Amino acid sequence: MLDCTPKEMKPRLSGGLINPAKTCQPIGAMYAALGIHRCLPHSHGSQGCCSYHRMHLTRHFRDPVMATTSSFTEGSSVFGGGANLKTAIKNIFQVYSPDVIAIHTTCLSETIGDDIPSLIQSAEIPEGKLVIHTNTPSYQGSHITGFSNMTKSMVKYLAQASTTVKKDQVNIIPGFVNPGDMREIKRLLKAMNIESILFPDTSGVVDSPMTGEFNMYPAGGTTIEQLKDTGNSKLTIALGRFASSDAAELLSSKCKVPALALKTPIGIKASDAFLMALRGSFAQEVPAEIEEERGQLVDIMTDTHFHFHGKRVAIFGDPDIVTGLTEFVLSLGMAPVHILTGTPGGAIGSAVGSFEEDINGMLLEANLTANVKAGGDLFTLHQWIKNQPVDLLIGTTYGKYIARAEDIPFVRAGFPVLDRSVHSYMPLVGYRGAMRLIEMISGALLDRADRDAADEDFELVM
Amino acid sequence: MNVGAVEMLESRQDFIATKGKQKNQIKCDADSIAGCVSQRACVYCGARVVLNPVTDAIHLVHGPIGCASYTWDIRGSLSSGSELYRNSFCTDLKEQDVIFGGGKKLTAAIDELVAKYSPSLLFVYSTCIVGVIGDDLDAICKSATSRHGVEVLPVQSSGFIGNKAAGYRAACDTLLQLIEPTKQIWSKKAGSINYLGDFNLAGEAWIIEEYLREIGIELNVVFTGDSTYAKIKTAPQASLNIMQCAGSMNYLATKMEELYEIPYIRVSFLGLEDTADSLRRIAAALDNVSAAAKAELLISREIAKTKPVIDWYRGKFAGKKAAIYVGGGFKAISLIKQFREIGVEVVMVGTQTGRQEEYDTINELVDEGTVILDDANPAELERFMVSKGANLLVGGVKERPLAYKLGIAFIDHNHDRKHPLSGYVGAINFAEEVYSTLCSPVWNSIRKGDD
Ligand code: SF4
Repeated sequence: MLDCTPKEMKPRLSGGLINPAKTCQPIGAMYAALGIHRCLPHSHGSQGCCSYHRMHLTRHFRDPVMATTSSFTEGSSVFGGGANLKTAIKNIFQVYSPDVIAIHTTCLSETIGDDIPSLIQSAEIPEGKLVIHTNTPSYQGSHITGFSNMTKSMVKYLAQASTTVKKDQVNIIPGFVNPGDMREIKRLLKAMNIESILFPDTSGVVDSPMTGEFNMYPAGGTTIEQLKDTGNSKLTIALGRFASSDAAELLSSKCKVPALALKTPIGIKASDAFLMALRGSFAQEVPAEIEEERGQLVDIMTDTHFHFHGKRVAIFGDPDIVTGLTEFVLSLGMAPVHILTGTPGGAIGSAVGSFEEDINGMLLEANLTANVKAGGDLFTLHQWIKNQPVDLLIGTTYGKYIARAEDIPFVRAGFPVLDRSVHSYMPLVGYRGAMRLIEMISGALLDRADRDAADEDFELVM
Repeated sequence: MNVGAVEMLESRQDFIATKGKQKNQIKCDADSIAGCVSQRACVYCGARVVLNPVTDAIHLVHGPIGCASYTWDIRGSLSSGSELYRNSFCTDLKEQDVIFGGGKKLTAAIDELVAKYSPSLLFVYSTCIVGVIGDDLDAICKSATSRHGVEVLPVQSSGFIGNKAAGYRAACDTLLQLIEPTKQIWSKKAGSINYLGDFNLAGEAWIIEEYLREIGIELNVVFTGDSTYAKIKTAPQASLNIMQCAGSMNYLATKMEELYEIPYIRVSFLGLEDTADSLRRIAAALDNVSAAAKAELLISREIAKTKPVIDWYRGKFAGKKAAIYVGGGFKAISLIKQFREIGVEVVMVGTQTGRQEEYDTINELVDEGTVILDDANPAELERFMVSKGANLLVGGVKERPLAYKLGIAFIDHNHDRKHPLSGYVGAINFAEEVYSTLCSPVWNSIRKGDD
């Protein structure tokens, strides 16, 4: 029996995890680095980590994921990995000739304590090429933290305030989302006629077209010029506080670009907020085509709301995504009853604030209560569901075990999705993304209704 | 930019050979070069893939979360009973554990898991960082074993030379610890055998078990496909070990010969030729005349069924060329033979961890001009697949999108495979799988040059 989770909930004090809902920092840093044009992510540690991260990303995006490794040996753990890193940098520029190498650490190099900045200083870096780095100790935070750290390092190394007057352009930090979402955000900005720099931008990198040729550096990614120019923008919008706020804060303190933190624009409310913020800051009207999309979305919501009303949902995944999804299902009239992220919730005083507080605030507004947990695992979620069943589960591929055990309709969203394709090309964000979510959710619910209906209740029109 | 055109690192040249061109041996079994896009995995990964198919064990990863996340239910080995092994258990080490040691946390996690699941067996894997912070896994496991009366066994997989082989070794050490007959002296069960090196990824071990049953040979336990705590304990009673994946099991086979006087032979059930040959050799090794006779019946019956199907595919594959890039040398060797059986020419062979003898065998098997390479990076794979005109690549997860981008067909011969490739049914599955990708109409949609 695939279901090994007992219903009875006993206190768990060891701090160990069963069926995790997060993974380690470096993979997030690797993904962020892929969003720089002609950048090769480099994993400073043993080659096993690098292989794991590439494999996992490959399974999600179904595209080649290139990254190099320092290939630690036993000696590196004794003498440090400095020599490996210097050789690596030299070899990488010689063989793979990227424009920039983005180094992240692993738990091993962190524990040994390699001093990356001074190693970079003493490395041979060809004229016109760049090396940036971020620290990603795997024993803190999650892959989202790693993504945030690498994004922050882009600012630290590259952003420059070089003009006296800020340019009429916006920086958008999209967070750990799919290239399909990044394309959608760029489409909205273009429709609004606003100049923008989106970073990191993995569209055109991990969703590159098939040409019959393998390109180590596909056409996509934020360019170095753009990253430098982020210091001259008049506003940064951080979408998703967990993945994006830190970089925006740094841009504000380093280059005096004001930062605005918004929710990942999943669902109608958060998409409205995003577009309103843009309209307010850039004195641009929301164009008719986008207004029309919004109208269509509301039309769809009203057409279908009776499918959703009062349906009990469990949602898990990365904190920014889960926050957006929770807000959206609330606006559809659903009742989220279990909400969980594997990423730790953010300490008091940190820029990211508390996940649990955020979610509970939204629930309170809707007069609902739910199980809410940051830093949780899927064992806990499964136990919750066994004790308080739900009508729908939304989350990453790892939810399929729970969905099967409890026979619950299941909508895949977030990272990773390892067992379905096309998802990374399609947005969840914006009005279009909301329409897609409705299609997925109602599809799952109605397929189940069809499956379970007695002959006499089986309906042609639903 | 086309990476195929970039210069190759001089230090990599020793790792690549072309049959017929040079005399010198290929360099292998060495560390990857710093700065390479290496495809290699780590010691923990090697140990985990060997032990993971022990279905009723709790596999507890002592380390930060990543290692546990990436190996959660990825080796799709099939179970006929418990599914406990498909859950992911991890101590999720945090900063304070790294500073002050993770021993306490590990002990608490073991206690909690034993209370929750009452498992018969618990493996504790150490990850690379545990080797550095110095938690004493042996002592912690020993004391947990005596406290709970449940076997809690450490897997010393904290090295990070990056070679999976070290992990295989660590796994075998743990298995030996598990097998060790403490009080009982095992009486031999005449004619029963252990099958080493089949992980039952898609039910292969079951196919082989069925063949053996038909010819009257009892399969004692498989290492480690669909195995359990109780079954592994019976290993010493076998009178013969047959070993398939030599890379991971050589050490275990040698040790079992030494400790329990179980001789071993190498077998392969991949492809028609190897399957027949293996069945015959097993019967011969056991001196079992009746089994030998029954094996002949089985072989001729299955060949009669399989041959026409394979021949049909052969016709479709005329002129097609394949490239191979897999984990171990043994697998590469089998694949070369299988491709020969279905009439596909092999133009490139690479492995991540092949050993010298295996590369020698590969060199004997392949045609003149075939490229042989060790621990290749994607740029090298691309260069040789393109220059050799490969139509198909056999590889693992990371190579799939690379092949597709080049418009080259692909089959997974590793963790992600879905159909058993062993025995006669496996031979047909293999041909079918090659056919379904090589001859798919999707390749026709690619725009070529001037259209
Ligand atoms: S947890 Fe540490 S050792 Fe494991 S994959 Fe992540 S960085 Fe590598």
